Amino acid sequence: MGSFFAFKYEQVQTVQLTSSETATATLLSAYEKTVATQRRAFRFGLIGLCLAVFLASWMAEVDLLKFVENSGNFSNYIGRIFVLDSGPASGRFVLNDIVSWYWGFSKWTLKLLETLLIAYVATLIGAIGGFFLCFLAAGNLGVSKPVIFITRRFLEFCRTVPDLVFALIFVLAFGLGPMAGVLALAVHTLGALGKLFYEVLENIDQKPVEGLIANGGSWTKTMRFAVLPQVMSNFLSYGLLRFEINVRGASVMGFVGAGGIGQDLIEAIRKFYYPDISAMLVLIIISVTVIDLFTEKLRHRFISQRH
Amino acid sequence: MKPEAHTDENLLQRYPAAFKPQGWWGYLIALTMSAVLVYGLLHLGFSLTKFIAGLANLGTFVVLMFPPTYGETSDLIRYLNALGETVAIAFLGTLLAAIIAFPLGFLAAKNATVSQVLRFFARRSFDTLRGVDMLIWALIWVNVVGLGPFAGVLAIMSSDIGSFGKLFSEAIEASDQRPVEGVLSAGGSRLHGIRFGIVPQVLPVLISQVLYYFESNTRSATIIGIVGAGGIGLTLSEQIRTLEWQTVSFLIILILLTVTAIDFLSNRLRKAIAGDAQTSI
Repeated sequence: MGSFFAFKYEQVQTVQLTSSETATATLLSAYEKTVATQRRAFRFGLIGLCLAVFLASWMAEVDLLKFVENSGNFSNYIGRIFVLDSGPASGRFVLNDIVSWYWGFSKWTLKLLETLLIAYVATLIGAIGGFFLCFLAAGNLGVSKPVIFITRRFLEFCRTVPDLVFALIFVLAFGLGPMAGVLALAVHTLGALGKLFYEVLENIDQKPVEGLIANGGSWTKTMRFAVLPQVMSNFLSYGLLRFEINVRGASVMGFVGAGGIGQDLIEAIRKFYYPDISAMLVLIIISVTVIDLFTEKLRHRFISQRH
Repeated sequence: MKPEAHTDENLLQRYPAAFKPQGWWGYLIALTMSAVLVYGLLHLGFSLTKFIAGLANLGTFVVLMFPPTYGETSDLIRYLNALGETVAIAFLGTLLAAIIAFPLGFLAAKNATVSQVLRFFARRSFDTLRGVDMLIWALIWVNVVGLGPFAGVLAIMSSDIGSFGKLFSEAIEASDQRPVEGVLSAGGSRLHGIRFGIVPQVLPVLISQVLYYFESNTRSATIIGIVGAGGIGLTLSEQIRTLEWQTVSFLIILILLTVTAIDFLSNRLRKAIAGDAQTSI
């Protein structure tokens, strides 16, 4: 194992070669020295990591014995959700009777479409908000310092408070239903995209901006003709990425009563309707995977347009 | 020679492409997107009256949140304990996921895998693990190991194995093949090629990604308590449901401070370990 970890020769090569014997000795000692330092650092880090793991395990009440005892439950659980519990094929693998596995297909599909709609509307609202705010948060566009500071803190707040916490509060304010979910996801999206957007803005080429200012262009015109063409493809790409993330987020909004398929899912999990759980999970996984593939293609197109 | 005056006409002549109409595709996409947006707003039950009434409620809540208080000292200790638990869940979940995903990442990378069939299955498994939201994993693990933070650790681990597997395999695929060829031509085995040719290249990138996820998992760990998987989420959702707004704002401030501290810490660690290794989004 020792020699497996010790393979670094860059520093050794610089040693001056005088005679072959002394050279070998110098090389060896230099090598030993480098390796020893590396090993010390590695061991030091490892000890620190072990201490942290120990402390965290204690805090998180990790009980390996209980885990080993219950680990059978997991495969048991996974096994059970793929076995029908009613109908003629009761007690058999779900694929034996797809019709009774997906007895609620139209209901679940509608809920899934609602979930996608929640993600779409929230992403769009959040992206539009983030788009307008990012210009006030970028440090290179001539916006005054206090405005930048306030906008950035606001965006930070929006993205650090988890979307589900917003959803919990919004459900009380706006009532149960998808509206609360949309607004919660939109606020979180605003914070996340606003930050990514202003980072893109800060990396733009300043020459077109200077050109427009020198020609007497107003601030809005400068943004429109010097800044936007440079950043639009990145903005779209980030927006699509966020849509993917929001589809996942929207699938659990129902857990707190904020619309989408999560409501049915948590009911099935809590009430132990085993085959329903797998049916809905498969639907969610398929739609998430399809959307991932689709947006990835689109994003590559947007990004390759630039180069 | 007198320079030509920049009138609109000769600009049009010299740069026809810049003045070309953008085509109707853009308008069509914009129109469809707004149509779907309007349909979505209507279908999801948005209405102006509901929105204004909701904003008024929200305003009341915000007013009631000040000043943030924590009640008794024993409550404060309970909150801090829950917060520590949250960070511990994020840390252990991320670490376990990284350890498990490390070998799987090689299995899923084009240039390091042992067989194409295995690679295919590894990639599809990552997609499946990632497709299920962390909160759903938490619910499932609560059923398996019972209520408590351990279920949270396993939930973070499950969903992050998928994310790490994908990111790790992408980093491995992007690595330079020449060191591997060097090791192989010097008589090393394939395993040596991976150990000395690929690992030194990708390790800083991987560590930096793991630290990013640690940050984001600290945020996620604050909510998995809502379904009973440990951490401060349970307390927070209890306080929201019982309308204890002053405690809610105190807890939110506590969470913000913790997340900021973890951000700072992991940033420092990332700079120290990974230098300026680039991470992809």
